[in-house]
Amino acid sequence: MTSLDTQGDPILLEMRSITKEFPGVKALSNVSLRVMAGEIHAICGENGAGKSTLMKVLSGVYPYGSYTGDIVYQAATQQFKDIRASEAAGIVIIHQELALIPELSIMENIFLGNEPTKWGVIDWAEARKRSMELLARVGLREDPDTPIKEIGVGKQQLVEIAKALNKSVRLLILDEPTAALNESDSQHLLDLILGLKGKGITSIIISHKLNEIEQIADEITIIRDGKSIETLNVKRDGVDEDRIIKGMVGRTLESRFPDHEPKIGEVFFEVKDWTVGHPQIQDRLICKGSNFYVRRGEIVGFAGLMGAGRTELARSLFGHSYGRFIKGQVYKDGRPVNLRSVRQAIDAGLGYVTEDRKSLGLNLLDDIKTTTVAAALDKISNYTVVDARKEFSVAEEYRKSLRTKTPSVEEGVAKLSGGNQQKVVLAKWMFTDPDLLILDEPTRGIDVGAKYEIYGIIQRLANQGKGVIVISSELPELLGLSDRIYTIFEGAITGVLDKNEATQESLMKLMTSARKTA
Amino acid sequence: MNALKKLFGGNTRQFGMIFALVALIVFFQIFTGGRTLTPGNVINLFNGNSYILILAIGMVLVIIAGHIDLSVGSVAAFVGVSVALAMRDWGLPWWAGVLFGLLLGAVIGAWQGLWTAYVGIPAFIVTLAGMLLFRGFNQFVGKSNTIPVSKDFQFIGSGYLPEIGPNTGFNNLTLLIGIVAAALVVIMSLRARAAAKALGADVPELWVEVTKLVLICGAILYATYLFATGRPGTSFPIPGLILAVLVLIYGFVADKTVLGRHVYAVGGNRHAAELSGVQSKKVNFMVMMNMSILAGLAGMIFVARSTASGPFDGVGWELDAIAAVFIGGAAVTGGVGTVIGSIVGGLVMAVLNNGLQLLGVGADLTQIIKGLVLLAAVAFDVYNKSQGKRSITGMLIKGFQRNNNEIKPDETTTTKEVISKEA
Repeated sequence: MTSLDTQGDPILLEMRSITKEFPGVKALSNVSLRVMAGEIHAICGENGAGKSTLMKVLSGVYPYGSYTGDIVYQAATQQFKDIRASEAAGIVIIHQELALIPELSIMENIFLGNEPTKWGVIDWAEARKRSMELLARVGLREDPDTPIKEIGVGKQQLVEIAKALNKSVRLLILDEPTAALNESDSQHLLDLILGLKGKGITSIIISHKLNEIEQIADEITIIRDGKSIETLNVKRDGVDEDRIIKGMVGRTLESRFPDHEPKIGEVFFEVKDWTVGHPQIQDRLICKGSNFYVRRGEIVGFAGLMGAGRTELARSLFGHSYGRFIKGQVYKDGRPVNLRSVRQAIDAGLGYVTEDRKSLGLNLLDDIKTTTVAAALDKISNYTVVDARKEFSVAEEYRKSLRTKTPSVEEGVAKLSGGNQQKVVLAKWMFTDPDLLILDEPTRGIDVGAKYEIYGIIQRLANQGKGVIVISSELPELLGLSDRIYTIFEGAITGVLDKNEATQESLMKLMTSARKTA
Repeated sequence: MNALKKLFGGNTRQFGMIFALVALIVFFQIFTGGRTLTPGNVINLFNGNSYILILAIGMVLVIIAGHIDLSVGSVAAFVGVSVALAMRDWGLPWWAGVLFGLLLGAVIGAWQGLWTAYVGIPAFIVTLAGMLLFRGFNQFVGKSNTIPVSKDFQFIGSGYLPEIGPNTGFNNLTLLIGIVAAALVVIMSLRARAAAKALGADVPELWVEVTKLVLICGAILYATYLFATGRPGTSFPIPGLILAVLVLIYGFVADKTVLGRHVYAVGGNRHAAELSGVQSKKVNFMVMMNMSILAGLAGMIFVARSTASGPFDGVGWELDAIAAVFIGGAAVTGGVGTVIGSIVGGLVMAVLNNGLQLLGVGADLTQIIKGLVLLAAVAFDVYNKSQGKRSITGMLIKGFQRNNNEIKPDETTTTKEVISKEA
């Protein structure tokens, strides 16, 4: 049933010379992938390299006939015509954007499209029994009746895996499974994948988090510009992050952060006793008397686990766009400022780049130029009439200075890659000329090269004397970028560390304990 | 075909609708034996549809902002009857009646805007309630009677541009407006082209521009000829003039002003708009209020045209207006649509109605055909959008999320280039 390779290991899947073309673009060209049974196989590559396309070919999203090449799975050539066909063969893909229905319960989601029935009626007793078993297997302690919307992203990811297990999966494909997870949830998920490996389930994992790949993968296939570059065996070849990056970008990357000589001035932005109530739940505080300050030219990091209240703190500051019963005082240049609406916040010189680019940061129907000027229309209009020429030239200016890759500023933002979308969002806020720019997960879902550019932009802003707050779940990013890092735990600031005294360990300690509240 | 596409820009939908409109007119012109493009019929067409087109202007803004207004027919009827009563019982002159009507429309709009924008009830519900409410008010204050209006007031619904100047065999004012309009179109397009060129933006080739202008000016001048050569006493109708002015104003506001931008932004992604400092509640309020003002105006024009207000004025108008907007390229999910597109959409329906009537097709068949046209127009659009994008299965997996367009695998900054530039 299973063929063997030269060393005698069983091959589960072989994709041979896969080529897939879209109108005008060759997304995959002669890509080959070989996955051994029972291993964890990572696929690495920059955004747009073709990883997701390859997985869509494998899972039947792009049906047989829409690509050329062969898929040999379990020693037989497969011609999947849709997702159902690949799932029937035991290949289950979990997308980056989870396909769960928020209003339905965990149990209903697990069995969605696959409901156990008796005489055509759903057998809920059976469903409950099986969902308990599945939840136990993925290590999720939740009532199966809990609605999906009430559990966090980390747990939702586990539900997705439970759903896959229910389909008797043999090959599990995870597309960026930890992109939205914090460190501890990520770790749990990685342990789970390792556990599944022990039970004979093969996994293909796509991730930008190279440290995780290094930690769990047996083999790594690197894809660059739609071509498979190489397959590395982690143990045999002694692969480390730098080695992977070298394969992804085609040469070694000396530094993942541009050099930067901070020019830090005086304190100009100060927040005192900032307290925010939960928007729905009475008596629940999301921010508990936070105090912090930002100096001119300083990049200040905010570290905290998911749900610690980092985003909520930022959004409540930014024109009270989150929370109720907001108390506390904000001082800018020594004077108290009122930030009751987003408009006031923008006028007071604040900018906020949201963590959720697609649903909160961009109008995906807009083009680049409209987006660039969206937060500062006054600047390009006379008597409320928008000056199309100014709009165009402003957008053009930012396109050049931020090196946004696009045929024209009249291109729709939906067509850009994540990194370029982020540049457009940054341009939008840079054009409001803020004194303090708050960046919430500025490099989420962005590939290594574009990250480097975004870091450069952030440092340039700081050099212009602006204050920058960076909220990030990636500690190496905070350590590489920030001059000072605050840690948040359950809504309270638990500490502040200088660039030279901060390490991943010291930050983690402060992020997971309410050691001191003063 | 490609050349035609170039003429009307890359927007397939808009191109498709203009093409469909022209094709319809040609079709009916042939099959009615030339009775479609006669001065009398064209004037009739405008007179009989201007109020729907005025509603479509307001409706497209409502729909761009992501709402819908089902109450416009009832609001129009209520304003119509109130104005008729006010003029009859309080002796208001016609212009005071018009002002009163607009004000009443604004008050009604404020009421609906309040519930929609500030209380947060979906506009569908608010205006469904409004539909019942204002229909009831219409019949309550008018006691379900027919209330006639004065000759002065009838002018806004059935008047024509007056005859002035020397006897040229044409209506001079109509002629003047037509020529000025054509000249303005030429001047503005050429200026826009020069400006775009100066900025280094893409401009279409010169022949495209020239052909486009020749076609547009030809259409304007031909329409002018038709309007100016009607039977004595008729010329360009006043409702058509009001409509033209409104199209210019609203087209400008939607396309060129901060307020217009905000309407599109709120409809496209409300949260993103709010986080960019757009006051979405205010925008929603104004859009809803504006709709009712225009509904009031449409109601008055209808009453003026039919010389009296009645209890069943405006029944079903909301559906005609909504159909016009969707045929004209707006998206149900908001954020997309244009004023001019909605007018073209409205004209498609109007020409269809008129042509089928001339052919002697019954009301039953007419409705069936109109229904199919609406469905076909939107299906055409949906089909176009889905081309080369994502398969149905792909959509199902992603859960029909509205804002998740696929990213093309090109256009990515590669690290190599960054590094070589930094080095």
